This record gives sequence, structure tokens and C-alpha cells, in this order.
Amino acid sequence: MTVLDAGPLARRLAQALFVLWGAFTGAFIALYLLPSDPVTLMLAQRADGPSAVIDPRQAAAIRVEYGFDQPVWRQYLTLLGRAVHGDFGTSVQTRESVSHLVTGALPQTVGLAGAALLIAVPLGVALPVLSACSRHRAVSRLVDSLPAVGVSIPSFWLGILLLQLLSFHWVVFPATGNTGIRSIVLPALTLSLPTAAVIAQVLGRSLRSSLGSAYVELAKAKGASRSWIVFRHALRNASLPAVTVAGLVGGNLLGGAVVIETVFARNGLGQITVNAVTNEDLPVLLGLVVLAAAIFVVTSLVIESVYPLLDPRIRRS
Amino acid sequence: MGPNLGVLETLTAQDPATGKVGPGLASSWTISPDATSFTFHLYDGVTFSDGSPFTADIVKANFENIQKLGPTASNSGAYLAGLTSITAPDQRTVTVAFAKPNIQFLQATSAPALSILSTGSLAGTAADRCTGKIVGTGPFILSSYIPHQNIVLSKRPDYKLAPSTAQHTGAAYLDKIDIRIVSDVTTRTGSLLSGQLDATNAVAPQDEARFDGNGFSVISRTLPGVVLSLYVNEKKTILQDQNVRLAIQKAINRADIVSTLYSPHYKPATSVLSSTTPGYTDFSSQLTYDPITAKRLLDSAGWTVGPDGIRVRGGQKLALDVIFGQPQSLELVQQQLKQVGIQLNLRQLQISQIQPQLVAGNYDLFLGNSSRADPDVLRTLFKQFAIVGSDSPALTAALSKQAESLDPAARQQAVTDAQKIVVSNAHVVPITEFAQVVGQSSKVNGLSFAANSSVRFYDAWLS
Repeated sequence: MTVLDAGPLARRLAQALFVLWGAFTGAFIALYLLPSDPVTLMLAQRADGPSAVIDPRQAAAIRVEYGFDQPVWRQYLTLLGRAVHGDFGTSVQTRESVSHLVTGALPQTVGLAGAALLIAVPLGVALPVLSACSRHRAVSRLVDSLPAVGVSIPSFWLGILLLQLLSFHWVVFPATGNTGIRSIVLPALTLSLPTAAVIAQVLGRSLRSSLGSAYVELAKAKGASRSWIVFRHALRNASLPAVTVAGLVGGNLLGGAVVIETVFARNGLGQITVNAVTNEDLPVLLGLVVLAAAIFVVTSLVIESVYPLLDPRIRRS
Repeated sequence: MGPNLGVLETLTAQDPATGKVGPGLASSWTISPDATSFTFHLYDGVTFSDGSPFTADIVKANFENIQKLGPTASNSGAYLAGLTSITAPDQRTVTVAFAKPNIQFLQATSAPALSILSTGSLAGTAADRCTGKIVGTGPFILSSYIPHQNIVLSKRPDYKLAPSTAQHTGAAYLDKIDIRIVSDVTTRTGSLLSGQLDATNAVAPQDEARFDGNGFSVISRTLPGVVLSLYVNEKKTILQDQNVRLAIQKAINRADIVSTLYSPHYKPATSVLSSTTPGYTDFSSQLTYDPITAKRLLDSAGWTVGPDGIRVRGGQKLALDVIFGQPQSLELVQQQLKQVGIQLNLRQLQISQIQPQLVAGNYDLFLGNSSRADPDVLRTLFKQFAIVGSDSPALTAALSKQAESLDPAARQQAVTDAQKIVVSNAHVVPITEFAQVVGQSSKVNGLSFAANSSVRFYDAWLS
């Protein structure tokens, strides 16, 4: 089975590169043209923070060192030239190489997002299936109402609630840290619930419409059991929108990590993003935007290549 | 403020109780009579944790490296400003010379910014050192460092020397220290109360009561340096009038601010310097809450109470702009000043927006402070930055004199004079002292504070 032949693949890759360039340029324009001063921020934070007085001559000398004194177009070309070679410069705040900073934190966040997906996908699929298979309307209604609750809960609140209960009141899981499986349970759970809720909402809706179609009536007439109909016929047809949403959810997990990593004091992309934003650390922010764009591009390529496996109509066209 | 990791050590050590500078890696030192040249005699037999010996050449290389780093070495570079030569005549002696009298350099050699790194650490890049590749002579070794997450220290068993400020000599008591970087105060408090942490710093004032008795305790130390103050822009016409400045000074109820917003671990300011700063002199009699005198001063300056309670003079309202990054206690100060007829407009700005406003002089008051365990902090603020519009010759003379005085009594006199001029003329309006507040479980013993009020682990142990 050929999923994609060489022509479309090359086109997709070209599109992907264009998206990356667009993200880089857009982020550059937004970051470098808006008023910001990472150098002063860095100097202030090494002294007494907002209540410090900074020597303007010292700030000016450091700005020269980072090239912030150059004309904007020259800064853009220099940064783009370096970025092509994977070099995003150094963080103004910590002097660490941006690529090193980001690649060091990536596994932590991918691990967290992966663990969250491992909880979110089974949970998000189980709820609508449970509702569809159930013979009792009351049970179906109850199960159907859960995703709306899950979508509405703010994750920072859920995180603090879980911490209070399962870490501070009953010391079951550690509140902070990245070591061992136990430390990932609470953050992954917090991150997964809203995601599971979104998957359950989309899958539940399309499952209900699939169950109302003619072929389901035919299957019923042939005497197929309720669970056979759900698993053999309806679920596969209903899963296409859910897969599309799952792709977007991958990106949302990264966004959610910003909040979760701060609450649980975990080192990761989210934590780095929060620090880079508060410190107006332009090189780090630029690197993070390009990474986020790359993740979205890869996720959508993966999702697109999964469609033909689910839907024979796409495979044939 | 972060803890003192005890990985690196300094030439001297400052006693937090007395402010006196005592032996560190240097056993003794001599200062030339004009306070321009400092000769340090180094201890013999000291080694870095990688086994390499500690020598005069390494001290020289460290200071030269700071000069080479230029403006990016923001704290350490300021301590070495005006340095003319570093010589190491033998492996136990280093002489550092400055162009001008610079007595603050002695205390600077006890500051973490002038810690001594091994040759191996110096050979790496600044980025390497920032990511934890540092080797020092201290009682702890940096085992791992993940930025924004945690620092793991382990004991150096063969550590022999200890700075003069320590309670014991030889290896540290704790085998391992896991320092977690937890920015959320709720998580910090909950983790300490549930036994997941042994101690936490930056306890919020409202959480202090939860660590009272019940197997926990709170220890604290006031930060040295210039207290949280309103820096007055005396280039503004209204504020050139000393009566207006003094009225602001007297209209502020410092005790009320501490009891409303803080806790007994925080103190009302009693001078422009905090009570833990060497050279501090108590001027609390001039910083008492006295709204009646404040009103009288404003009356005599020609400011009469207008229909809305805010004073006016010649059609102009007595309204002042204060710029700041975090309001700290400004909302309360605003209410207190209103009682005497001064309108305070709060202009909260981002850190990066504050500095250009300061340089442009586009403000009336700025909420500032400046930490350092040496009275020279006043000179940095008033002479180097010159953000405070005062150009009082008496103040300049007192600040120069303290920088030149080798004799401690003469320096103390000059520092007292400088504080007196600043406070009695209200060039700066002191508000409150900041404190480092640490919550600890009753298992923790011997946790102490360095002169800069950072936490030290060397004498600490768990029962």
C-alpha cells in the first residue's frame, strides 16, 4: 500500500519549510519590532529586580555584544542564516545556547505529553463507547455529560486541587521534580483530563451520528449485537474527526505544559517558555516558536498519512 | 535570593553578625595607607575538588577573566572597576591595585561574585559555567544542575579549611542537598508541610503562621543594603523643596505598613541603610510617623488643601508620579500620603520600561532598593548612577571619604554622615527593610545566613 508517492511528498515538504520560514519571520517581526529590552531585564534580575537601578552604559555595551544595536533587517538576515544551520544564538538571561536549552528540555515535555496522551486517548475513546454500548439511558446521559465538565475545568486549578489532595494531604505522589514514574503521575493526569474531554466530545458526537445511519439499521436488522455494531461498524467511521482533533490536541498539550510545568515545578519547554516570556529573552522565544511550528508541521504530516488507513475513499483517490 | 551553594569560596569571609571581614581563602591581608593596593596572603595546602592546587596565579587568572568578560560580568565587574594591576609575586601572595582609593574592595572579596574558580572552569566558556560546569574549593561539589528545576550538591569528604564565619572545620555534615526551584508559593508551602522538603525560602508573610510550632519554625534575616525606598527626583521643581520631601517622609506610617502587609520578620526602615548593613546608623527618630508636622511643612511651603482634599499651590495640584515594577506597599503609602493632601499616582511599568524613564528623569519618585553588605552601596547609587537629583557637596564628600578611609572609625563616621544627610534632607524616603524568610522542619539544625542574607548549608545537619 502506497500512502504517498514522491510528487506529493516533495510538495508537502516544501510546504512544511514554507510554514517554518513563515513562523520564523512572523515571530521575528513580532518580537524584534515590539518594544522590549532583554538586556536591561537580565541586568535588573541579577541585581534587585524591578527595584534596581541599571547602569545604562553597561546595558548599551551588552546590547552591542548581542547585536541588538544593528539595523533590524541585518539582525533578521544574520539570525535566519544562523537558524538554517540550527543555531539560534544564546539566551540573554542564562547565556546558555538556545538549541541546547530547548533540546535539553524537549524530552521532559515530550515525556509528559506522551504520558498525558496515554491517559487521554483511552479515556477519551472509552467514554463515548461506554455511552453507546449502554442500554440504560440514565447511564448514557451521565457519561455524555462528563466531557463538558472536563473541558470547562481550568488545568491550573485541577493541578492545585490534585496537589492538595494527593501530595500535601495524603502524600501519595511527589509535588515537584522529574525523577521516577511517580513524579509524572499528577502532572500527566492534570494535562490529560481536558484533552480526553475534547476527544470524547468529538468522538461521541460522530459516533451518535454514525449510529443513526442506514448501514447501522441494516446491521441491526441482521441481528448484530449492540457492541458488535459499535466496534465493527460505527467506531471506525466515527474516528476520522477524532483523529483530526487528536493532531491538534498534540499541539495543545505543549501549550498546556506551560501551566502544568509551572505548577509542578518541572523543567521543560513550558517552564522555559514562561521564563523566556517574562524575561523578554528574544533568542529563546524565537527558537521556541520555530520548534512549536516544527511540531505542528510534523504532527499534521503524521495525521495526514493516517487518514488513508482509516478511510478507503482517501486511499483510492 | 538564592542560597549560598558552598561550591565556590572567596578570598575573605564577612561575619554576618558584625559585618567584619575575616579570613577565607586568604589567611591575612594588608592594605596600603591610601587604600589603593590590597595584598592577600593565601592559605597553603588548599585544593580544588578536582585535586588541583589553589595558587596566587589562579586568583590572578580569575580576576583577569572577569575583566575579559567586560560588561556581561555585571556584578563582579563593578567590584573591580578602576583596577590597574594584579600581580602574583609568589604562589601565596596576590596584590590587586586600583587607580583610586577603593576600600569597598575588601568586602567585595567576600562577595559570591568574586568567588575563585579552578583553572579547568576558567578554561571553559561563560555558557559552560552558567550551565553548572564549576569546580571550586568549597565544602560541596555541584553534582548536577538542571536550569529552572534543581541543583544537587554532594559533600566533599576531603574538605579541610573552613571560612572564619563557619561554626566548625572539616567536611560538611550533610552528605547531599537537593535544591528544588519551585516558583509557585503554594507548592513550596504545601511541600514543606507535607514533609517533601526540609526547608523552603521566600515564605510568604501570610504563610508564616503555618510554620509556627507544629514541627516547623521560621528563621529570617534582613537583607543588607539600601532599604525599600522612594528615590526622589530632585530635578522636579516640586521636589526641590525640602519641605515637600520631608512631608512625604513624615506622612508614611512604616509600622502600619509592616503590620498590615508583612510580618514581624520585616522591619520598618530606620535609616537609608538596613540594620544588617555594616556602617548602619539608627535614624529612627527622623523616620517616625508624624502627619501633623507633615501638614505643617506643606502649609509653610504654600500648599493649601483644595476642595477634594489634595493640596494646591498657584493652580497646581500636589500630585506626584511614582514608577515601579512591583507595588510592594505602594497602595498603602498612597492612602497615607492622601491623609496629608498629597496625591500619589501609581505608574506600574515593566522592568525594561522603568530604566529609560529613570535615565530621562521622567518620574517624581521611584520605588527602589539595592542589596549589598557594604555601605559603599550608597556611593554606587548617588555618585555612579546619579539618578537621585541631589548634588549635595556634603554628601559627595562623605561618600568619597568612606571610599578612602582605611581606618574603620573614620569610615564609620563618614558613612554615618552620609546617612544623616540623605535621611535628614529626605533625598531618599526609606520605607521598609526586606527580609529573607526561611521555613524549616524541626529536623533541620544549623541552617544559617551569610552576610548577604543567603542561606548557608555548611553547618547544617538533620536530626
